[in-house]
Amino acid sequence: MILDSKIPEGSLAEKWDKHKFNVKLVNPANKRKYDIIVVGTGLAGASAAATLGELGYNVKAFCFQDSPRRAHSIAAQGGINAAKNYQNDGDSIFRLFYDTIKGGDYRAREANVYRLAQVSVDIIDQCVAQGVPFAREYGGLLANRSFGGAQVSRTFYARGQTGQQLLLGAYSALNRQIAYGKVKMFPRTEMLDLVMVDGKARGIVVRNLITGKVESHSAHAVVLATGGYGNVFFLSTNAMGSNATAAWRAHKKGALFANPCFTQIHPTCIPVSGEYQSKLTLMSESLRNDGRVWVPKTVEIAQRLRKGEITVNDIKEEDRDYYLERKYPAFGNLVPRDVASRNAKLMCDEGRGVGASGLAVYLDFADAIKREGQPAIAAKYGNLFEMYAKITDENPYEKPMRIYPAVHYTMGGLWVDYNLMTNIPGLYATGECNFSDHGANRLGASALMQGLADGYFVIPYTIGDYLAQTPYDKVSVDHPAFKEAEQNVKATTDRLLSIKGNRTVDDFHKALGLIMWDYCGMARNAEGLQFAKQEIRKLRDEFWQNVKVTGVNEELNQTLEKAHRVADFLELGELMVDDALHRNESCGGHFREEYQTPENEALRDDENFAYVAAWEYTNNDGNPILHKEELKFENVKLTQRSYK
Amino acid sequence: MAGSNPNAKPMDLTLKIWRQKDKNSAGQLVTYPLNGISPDMSFLEMLDVLNEELLVKGEEPVAFDHDCREGICGMCSLFINGRAHGPERGTTTCQLHMRHFNHGDTITIEPWRAAAFPVHKDLIVDRSAFDRIQQAGGYVSVNTGGVPDANEIAIPKTIADKAFDAATCIGCGACVAACKNASAMLFVSAKVSQLAMLPQGKVERKTRVENMVAQMDVEGFGACSNIGACAAECPVGISLDNIAMMNREYLGAKASSENV
Ligand SMILES: Cc1cc2nc3c(=O)[nH]c(=O)nc-3n(C[C@H](O)[C@H](O)[C@H](O)COP(=O)(O)OP(=O)(O)OC[C@H]3O[C@@H](n4cnc5c(N)ncnc54)[C@H](O)[C@@H]3O)c2cc1C
Ligand code: FES
Repeated sequence: MILDSKIPEGSLAEKWDKHKFNVKLVNPANKRKYDIIVVGTGLAGASAAATLGELGYNVKAFCFQDSPRRAHSIAAQGGINAAKNYQNDGDSIFRLFYDTIKGGDYRAREANVYRLAQVSVDIIDQCVAQGVPFAREYGGLLANRSFGGAQVSRTFYARGQTGQQLLLGAYSALNRQIAYGKVKMFPRTEMLDLVMVDGKARGIVVRNLITGKVESHSAHAVVLATGGYGNVFFLSTNAMGSNATAAWRAHKKGALFANPCFTQIHPTCIPVSGEYQSKLTLMSESLRNDGRVWVPKTVEIAQRLRKGEITVNDIKEEDRDYYLERKYPAFGNLVPRDVASRNAKLMCDEGRGVGASGLAVYLDFADAIKREGQPAIAAKYGNLFEMYAKITDENPYEKPMRIYPAVHYTMGGLWVDYNLMTNIPGLYATGECNFSDHGANRLGASALMQGLADGYFVIPYTIGDYLAQTPYDKVSVDHPAFKEAEQNVKATTDRLLSIKGNRTVDDFHKALGLIMWDYCGMARNAEGLQFAKQEIRKLRDEFWQNVKVTGVNEELNQTLEKAHRVADFLELGELMVDDALHRNESCGGHFREEYQTPENEALRDDENFAYVAAWEYTNNDGNPILHKEELKFENVKLTQRSYK
Repeated sequence: MAGSNPNAKPMDLTLKIWRQKDKNSAGQLVTYPLNGISPDMSFLEMLDVLNEELLVKGEEPVAFDHDCREGICGMCSLFINGRAHGPERGTTTCQLHMRHFNHGDTITIEPWRAAAFPVHKDLIVDRSAFDRIQQAGGYVSVNTGGVPDANEIAIPKTIADKAFDAATCIGCGACVAACKNASAMLFVSAKVSQLAMLPQGKVERKTRVENMVAQMDVEGFGACSNIGACAAECPVGISLDNIAMMNREYLGAKASSENV
């Protein structure tokens, strides 16, 4: 198989405009002859479904929540990047492009990232036109803040609820098309298989989550906007329902899965508090604008603190180690996420962690409150401080927050070309579901940007190019390919229900999460990964013999829903380990202990690993096949990332 | 454990939970004892513990809606001891922690009750009526592309902040559950006011309020009697001012309606 990224000719700055001119168009009257399925209605899916509906296509959109307004995107806190340069601080499209490529540790495609930076400016205009209430200055113009990995202020925000406001904007555009009848919305409906006819994506099989009914939907193209797979780790900042099933089942039908081991561990989350913990809560990176990260200078002070002999306010200024400011004077507390996370782990490994478990560092606002006053800090972060207080029962205005890294985002995902099409003709992947723009590490405030760029401004052009070359003929859902896929879904369900074992789905999920966190988390090594692979296989075998799923298919059955998802996580987890094991270098969020600089920074191997690893599914116990897409860097120089 | 209070003792509880097979079946409260609950658990984690115990015994776990567990998606929706989202003000069920309960407590857990929110199963209700109200007019009619530069529209900060406050509604339905008439006025007014305040939304303000109110009536929500239980129970503090504003918008629209 040859991976053709279909990057257009021309200089970086010209590629997208040229491509938009060269793509084939579907004339307005013919658009209504095409049906498009959009799975997922988060930022990436809702924006795509609304825009495709506006253009005149017939769209069917699906989500598993009870309303498109509740997609995981709603929880994004800190903001969205755009190269508007409203602050006149030296930002530009090229700088956003450069920061993103560098932040991703040179493992993303230049052409895609440049296009992302180009359309970023249109996103802000679009959202404001929809009535999204971004933060403003007293003069009435839009306000900005800065985020990790950047030295300019280019992040637009709506208090600590940016994702909510952007998603409600996209949801409103979607609602307008639903009202016009151009989009038909199917909430509480889960895609369980992809259907291919003559080698092309032609539909999906879904389960109605209220009645359990398994149904097929046919279309001329299918867009997966189903989000990331961070919940492989059980504990993550993702919503409880976030899962990999749609992407994984497409993978099993032939779609390549790229860079699965590139996961982002976010540095500022509320630490784990007990065995019962069901998810981890993020404290937005924007807090690092004003919060200072520190641990006690010595192990001895940290020990006394953990035992409760002293309290945090007893620790004198000279006994505090603001380690990010010390090690990275240029970026200070605003180093990229992978660097901040790894350093927190290093501090805790040294025995200088805080909190009863020793697995936490401080994020301290005392100086900011002294400088700006409590009301100013509350205006910026009020809802985050409240959330912290509700969960921990501690007041962050009086005591520093305790934070620790947690799984947050997955840079890997379905392989797509420049048009966001997977290697399966007619199957597209957008938003967190694809692998395309963030390389080995995503910068803060760039996921919202990518989701909306893909949905509002990229896919509407590129899908037209494909459809213009596709006949109008519809495929009936009575076609044998649909019937076979339905049978397979039913068979998997029957199998899950008939095992009647002794161990719950959550129990398996937690066990998988622990393996992944211990061996394929913030730091990895060959020995641990080999061990993890064996453990995952054992766990998967046990799952299929001993899982306990109650109830029947023909009802609302949340245990069954979870069982399907965990079955897929148990396979995807192994692929993540394979990928991490094969990549004998460190880059971004992928930190192999064997490959580091004397200062414990990630040591890339550009000679051998400047490629996208795209894996082909073979079968359950076989070994996946690796395909490589070489990355060419013509506009940036590959250097060792330095934030000093 | 980090974050936990070492002096906090585990609690034993008695839960009375609404169980209902599906839309067409009758439901009833079923009693479950549950022991050893940490005060640092969230309310939903407490239910997770119950469900794991039920599963191990081979019984059907309790179905409830939830997703973000961060108080923002609006998916969780429990009526706890007679109050929407439980005893803490300004808190969704998923952000409610067990430290607000005591050892030995009996806790009654029911679904939202409203004619417009039929029960799907146990504690899960059908809130699609809310989506249909939004579809009736909760948007600004702009297509993607071809819009002015964002900074061409200057909006006074005070107005932008007020619009933001209205826009933070999470659509959970607590307002309806808390109202003895099951009115949806707070929910509808939040969107109507947000868009009526902003220059982008002013163009369609009349048709918007008329259409959204008409749809609200079609869905079978009750009338507003201005008691304010909705705002008191709203987990994100949507203000009653929005209802006053919507009433003005509605009267203004009717007075000059082009749709008469
Ligand atoms: C707590 C938190 C804070 C964040 N803050 C920021 C931030 O400040 N800035 C930033 O840029 N990024 C942030 N991110 C990342 C960002 O929010 C996500 O990457 C982004 O929202 C993903 O959007 P999406 O549309 O790709 O997917 P999602 O929003 O996850 O949507 C997935 C959709 O797919 C549907 N779906 C999934 N599987 C199926 C299936 N099998 N069948 C049917 N439907 C399915 C779901 O119902 C949902 O509608 C944050 C993430 C978290 C967890
Ligand atoms: S689960 Fe999202 S608000 Fe409670």
